[in-house]
Amino acid sequence: MSATGDGATRRMPTPPLTRLRAARPARSRGRVLGLTRRPPWALVLPALVVAAMLACAIVPDWIAPFDPTDMDGDAILQSPGAAHWLGTDHFGRDIFSLLVYGARESLLMGGCAVAVGGLVGGLIGMVAGYVGRAVDMAAMRLIDIWLSVPDILLAIIIATALGSSLRNTILAVGLVNVPRFARMMRAQVIALKAKPFVAASRAIGSTQRVVLFGHILPHCLSPMLVMATLGLGNAILIGASLSFIGLGVIDDRPDWGFLLTQGRSYLTAAWWFATFPGLAITALVISVNLLGDALRRRIDPRLRPV
Amino acid sequence: MPYPLRRAAAALLVIFGAITLVFLVLYWLPGDAATLVAGENATAETVADTRARLGTDRPLWVQYGSYLGGLAHGDLGISFGTNEPVAARIRAQLPATLELTGFACLVAVVAGVVFGVVSAVNQGGWVDHGIQAAMLFFTSMPSFWLGILLIMVFSVTLQWLPAIGSGSLVQLVLPVACLGLAASGKLARMVRNSVLDVLEEPFVTTLRGNGLRESQVLYTHVLRNALIPVVTLLGILVGELMSGAAVTETVFARQGLGRLLVESLGVKDVPMVQGVILVVSILYVIVNLLVDLSYSLIDRRIQAAA
Repeated sequence: MSATGDGATRRMPTPPLTRLRAARPARSRGRVLGLTRRPPWALVLPALVVAAMLACAIVPDWIAPFDPTDMDGDAILQSPGAAHWLGTDHFGRDIFSLLVYGARESLLMGGCAVAVGGLVGGLIGMVAGYVGRAVDMAAMRLIDIWLSVPDILLAIIIATALGSSLRNTILAVGLVNVPRFARMMRAQVIALKAKPFVAASRAIGSTQRVVLFGHILPHCLSPMLVMATLGLGNAILIGASLSFIGLGVIDDRPDWGFLLTQGRSYLTAAWWFATFPGLAITALVISVNLLGDALRRRIDPRLRPV
Repeated sequence: MPYPLRRAAAALLVIFGAITLVFLVLYWLPGDAATLVAGENATAETVADTRARLGTDRPLWVQYGSYLGGLAHGDLGISFGTNEPVAARIRAQLPATLELTGFACLVAVVAGVVFGVVSAVNQGGWVDHGIQAAMLFFTSMPSFWLGILLIMVFSVTLQWLPAIGSGSLVQLVLPVACLGLAASGKLARMVRNSVLDVLEEPFVTTLRGNGLRESQVLYTHVLRNALIPVVTLLGILVGELMSGAAVTETVFARQGLGRLLVESLGVKDVPMVQGVILVVSILYVIVNLLVDLSYSLIDRRIQAAA
């Protein structure tokens, strides 16, 4: 049990007699700063990755060395090298350029999906929490039903029902995200409703609208922002899964998930084809998650990651 | 009404709601199933006949009523595509999915608990950082990409394991590893935080004060309390695994409900899709019901609150 012993000494570096008293402050300090004090690069690196991908999304033509639709018949399935940094695909297109152009799709899809989820979910949660009683009951049962179909399956059905397009993928992924936002918002509103400042606001004659939008809502925004950041990574993953299955955006625009599907057919011939699109998705999601964690710790140290 | 009964009744309502929700979404599925079933060269008359045979020409509420009537007799309908009973097809596909998700659940729980505890015990050390980084990777990477990487390493390069297919145990290894590891990240994080939380509780100080060995404190007392919140996560985990199964089955070309769903959606086989979603939702809701009930059994304090 040497590992256990090490852990114990690291947690409480004090002599045995003062152990009991020293235990608390030592631990709570670690907790306010977050469970581990991550080195700053854990914040800088993801910020850089997200910034780079944003740049790719906004001005892909400045960054990509090739046009993503450029098919080079002499360079089909070429391995990574000086000309094509990340190799080429089965049409001879430059994979790096495809990834650069694909960034817009992923970020746009993820961002809008979270926005849809946050707005619809936030609205449902706010009304349910504020009005209470039967409305709350009905809304929460609806959310239960919503949650009873596992998320990717629900996204698959909605995406199929709506048809393949960027807008519909956004809707599908966004609607899947609604329940979490609704529950979070509802809990916030219910907690805030009981606060004295709300009673005070009512006492000075504020209308319901002023109380709700002017006084309660602003307090809900920061936890919602944290949730949105953490939800962004998940949204990007679900969107990529949809494209992978073939339900995403099926037109000529480069899409990371769809590239992975195509690369899957060339695993033996071209390892780079399926590797780099996956790496791009993972890098983006990891970065977004790390930033979300940092934001969460900054805004509310009590919130625990799940 | 006693708590378990009330929860069971609520679960029934949720399943009923899910059936209705999916029915409505599928009703609005674009395109006409009858045109697909009748074939490309069908005349307008044949299509109309097919529509009448499938019953899709009836108004929404008649279709809904007859569907519910069938369900009451355990009849899930007849597949539009293959004309076989939906229930039989699902019964044939269910074991493969249960096998996959069951073993994956085992892998996820074992990996999650082991990594979580080791990580917590070594809090702040390099082992902790290493595990946390790996877990962040697992939660942030698309599971289908993990699957593709596993195939590239173990099937293509090393040629140890078959890449695709289902039936034998060897063919189960990679899909289970893929699905299980992808799900273990969140669990490990939860276990880690939970162990650290429990370590802060006064009873741990008492135990240490009584002179118990650190290993005894940890493995007999802390772990037992720390695993309670993990039970809650099990319910969520099962949903994730079922979602993930749809994608994993596609990657590894396995039989199963997920793939059946994706394929049936492609050919607008509405009864099949409905059946699959129904079965998955029922399983999911039942697991969550069991989790809820066992939660109050494991921790008596919950019962008082409920």
